[in-house]
Amino acid sequence: MIRLSAITRLFRMGDQEVRALNGIDLDIASGEYVSIMGPSGSGKSTLLNVIGLLDRPDSGRYELDGTDVTDLSETERARVRREKIGFVFQSFHLVPRLTAAENIELPLMLEGVDPAERKARVDAALDAFDLGDRARHRPPELSGGQRQRVAIARATILRPTALLADEPTGNLDHRIGAEVMALLEGLHHAGTTLIVVTHDRELGARAHRHIAMRDGEIVADEK
Amino acid sequence: MTLRDTLALSFRTVASYRTRSLLIVLAMALGVAAVVVLTALGDGARRYVVGQFSSLGSNLIFVLPGRAETSGGFPGAALGQTPRDLTLEDARFIGRLPQVRRMAPLNVGEAELTYGGRLREVTVLGSTAELLPIRNMRLSQGSFLASGSERSAQIVLGSTLAREFFPDGEAVGRRVRLGDNRFRVSGVLAPQGEAMGFNSDEIAIIPVDYAQEMFNTNSLFRILIEARSRSGIEPAKAAISHLLKQRHEGEEDVTVITQDAILATFDRILRALTLGVAGIAAISLAVAGILVMNVMLVAVAQRTAEIGLLKALGAPAADIRRLFFAEALWLSLAGGAIGYVLGNAGAWAIRLAYPQLPAWPPAWASAAGIATAVATGIIASLLPAARAARLDPVLALSGK
Ligand SMILES: Nc1ncnc2c1ncn2[C@@H]1O[C@H](COP(=O)(O)OP(=O)(O)OP(=O)(O)O)[C@@H](O)[C@H]1O
Ligand SMILES: [Mg+2]
Repeated sequence: MIRLSAITRLFRMGDQEVRALNGIDLDIASGEYVSIMGPSGSGKSTLLNVIGLLDRPDSGRYELDGTDVTDLSETERARVRREKIGFVFQSFHLVPRLTAAENIELPLMLEGVDPAERKARVDAALDAFDLGDRARHRPPELSGGQRQRVAIARATILRPTALLADEPTGNLDHRIGAEVMALLEGLHHAGTTLIVVTHDRELGARAHRHIAMRDGEIVADEK
Repeated sequence: MTLRDTLALSFRTVASYRTRSLLIVLAMALGVAAVVVLTALGDGARRYVVGQFSSLGSNLIFVLPGRAETSGGFPGAALGQTPRDLTLEDARFIGRLPQVRRMAPLNVGEAELTYGGRLREVTVLGSTAELLPIRNMRLSQGSFLASGSERSAQIVLGSTLAREFFPDGEAVGRRVRLGDNRFRVSGVLAPQGEAMGFNSDEIAIIPVDYAQEMFNTNSLFRILIEARSRSGIEPAKAAISHLLKQRHEGEEDVTVITQDAILATFDRILRALTLGVAGIAAISLAVAGILVMNVMLVAVAQRTAEIGLLKALGAPAADIRRLFFAEALWLSLAGGAIGYVLGNAGAWAIRLAYPQLPAWPPAWASAAGIATAVATGIIASLLPAARAARLDPVLALSGK
């Protein structure tokens, strides 16, 4: 469960001040499927980064699964990210030197899972995301859809409670984008909280809750 | 992240940035190789000198007239005295000491050697029969000076001289002229080459009395003494000093030094030299360290997005730091290992080119070279690793 109260995030560019988040109050229950939409620069990514503990708000409180995570140390934030959050990015962010399987294995490695179990879980994930025949391929040898599937497999291998996707279909054509969305929705059906930032009205509409942002504020929140 | 995974993952990284890694490994390897080769040279020179000096004989003690003092010179000089001669009498007394196995007095000079139509200036040693065993010399023909033969006009020729004067090889028994005296050739030395800058193949040896007469002196140039054993060297030295002080009316006007003391001095000087040379070579490793640092900084900049990703996946700063350390560790270990092999190959090539020079790299130098490489690599990665670990994850993800 995610609870944000009066979250602000300021960016200073020279003598100019941008309020990327301006007093955000937001509750998202476990297992919800939320889309966040809004014009460029409205603060969608910043909101997602704060929820994912990648960014720190300048003021306000953040409660995740019943614990206050606002003032955690950097190391503790890293642990929470590892255990509870999965990120999916527009540009995939795969490590180019590592194979698909190795990219998916990274979070297990960071978590210190032993190699035998790692292999079993990676193999299962490869199958689940229909990547079995691409296991030993490196990202440059994969199509966009395959890359994003690897990224999603990686984001979910540690079974996070929340999956945060920032324009996951932004670099994919329409048909592949729809496939990737279906995949994410499948994970949502399995119980994961799913928050998707998107510019695509059609895709955004598929969520069960629609949040609209403008100038760092939530201007609409419909179920 | 476990240590094993950290090492494995960083190894993958190092292996995939091939050119970059090769460059660093090469720089490291050259530094380590320089340490290994230069210390091999230094230590080889030390062993060579020590070996040459040891080949002069064993358990040797030398007596020189005059007092070798660091300051003040001969104490009696102020009173208008000259240092007392070191006489044959002195030598004979030394020879009777129970601590002394053998003794050979020595005079050195130059004289003209003539036979048939040939004439040549040669270095002449005046000594006794004991010189042969003390100096580890061997004969190729005839016999050495007979013992107790001080008054018989015999001469022993170095191998080169013998060849020059008697190309037919029949030297023994011939009569030659040295200065104004006639000598009968009793033997020829086996070729031994140069030792300590002294070529015994080009000398002539005559009985010491003849030499003193020929060079018009009563003072010996040296007395060579062989102690009964290694442990007997110091007692013998003490006995000799005591004896000569008594014989010289309480004056300590001779210098008694042992072969061991001279050896130790050479050894010390050449060891210091080797160490200095190793230090200079190690500086090249520091340069390699700076290269490592720069390349690692570039790597951090290149892989900013990747570092951001690791952070987003929940890697704590410590893991990221360790990954970069481990990269530097791999690079410097590879550099050290390759440098070690290169250095040893270099030392082998030197030994091949100069067989007399035992250019073996000392173990300490190889170990120190590799250790310096690894330490340099890790130190050089401190800053880049810290920089990577400190990156802001959001900015890093966007590649900034
Ligand atoms: N690191 C930063 N430094 C300065 N300003 C920033 C920074 N990050 C974001 N901003 C500003 O904060 C505001 C919100 O940015 P954000 O990236 O959250 O927008 P967004 O809604 O995701 O836009 P887009 O749809 O283009 O991705 C923008 O005005 C942006 O310029
Ligand atoms: Mg954005």
